[in-house]
Amino acid sequence: MLDWLVWGVSWILLLIGCVFVVTGAVGMIRMPDLYTRLHAASVTDTGGAIFISLALILQSVFVFGSAMAAIKVLLIMFFTLFTAPTASHALAKTALLCGQVPLGVDGKPILDSPEEATLLARSRSVDYKSGQDAVEILEETRRHKRERVQGQDDDGDDD
Amino acid sequence: MFATSNPICISDEIADMFIAVTIALLITMALTLARALLGPTLFDRLLAVNSFGTKTVLLIAVHGFMTGRPDFLDIALVYSLINFIGTIAVLKFFEYDDLGSGAYQEDDF
Repeated sequence: MLDWLVWGVSWILLLIGCVFVVTGAVGMIRMPDLYTRLHAASVTDTGGAIFISLALILQSVFVFGSAMAAIKVLLIMFFTLFTAPTASHALAKTALLCGQVPLGVDGKPILDSPEEATLLARSRSVDYKSGQDAVEILEETRRHKRERVQGQDDDGDDD
Repeated sequence: MFATSNPICISDEIADMFIAVTIALLITMALTLARALLGPTLFDRLLAVNSFGTKTVLLIAVHGFMTGRPDFLDIALVYSLINFIGTIAVLKFFEYDDLGSGAYQEDDF
């Protein structure tokens, strides 16, 4: 009775893990943008790792009878759960800092230039010096740029 | 087929379960490798390599259970930590152009 229960639950957990893993890989191939691909890969890293590790813990306790193996799988799961989101966050931050502009829903870039992406990455969500939001900083920068361009146009007309 | 030569005797159905997961993981790793080769930007390749490393950890762990000898879990544990440190090191290199200095400057914020 217990054997069949462990067997069935392990099958279900492993199949859910397989679905997560393969879905994330297909998303990594088909998604149009770096940031959306990052999203798909993060789902794979956390979801797939959780379910497959749970099934392996179940197997190592009830089938192999080895508590040490269960502890090791648990450690692998915790390290993965700590490190995968951290790596995804660092990757997205560095990509934005290096000027990778995210695409919008219509497939067009949502920022005007790579410099704006760098500016967004440099600013915190709320700037502690001025109390500004990142979006406000961006809009202010755009306004300054527009005024500068208009000033140059005025100079050209005067000449 | 793997279960017959096991030191610990596990049934064929359980080995089949791990074979299915191994096949799914191998398909995933192939697709990830395709993204690493295709990826237009450097960050796509880095993302693919990081994801490939995570899948390798899972593959090593599942392979150990499939062959009935879960002794390879130490290797999987070490590999997961090395994978994380490697990704962070490459990202830090591209952010600061240097692995050694890298201290935040107050003027940046």
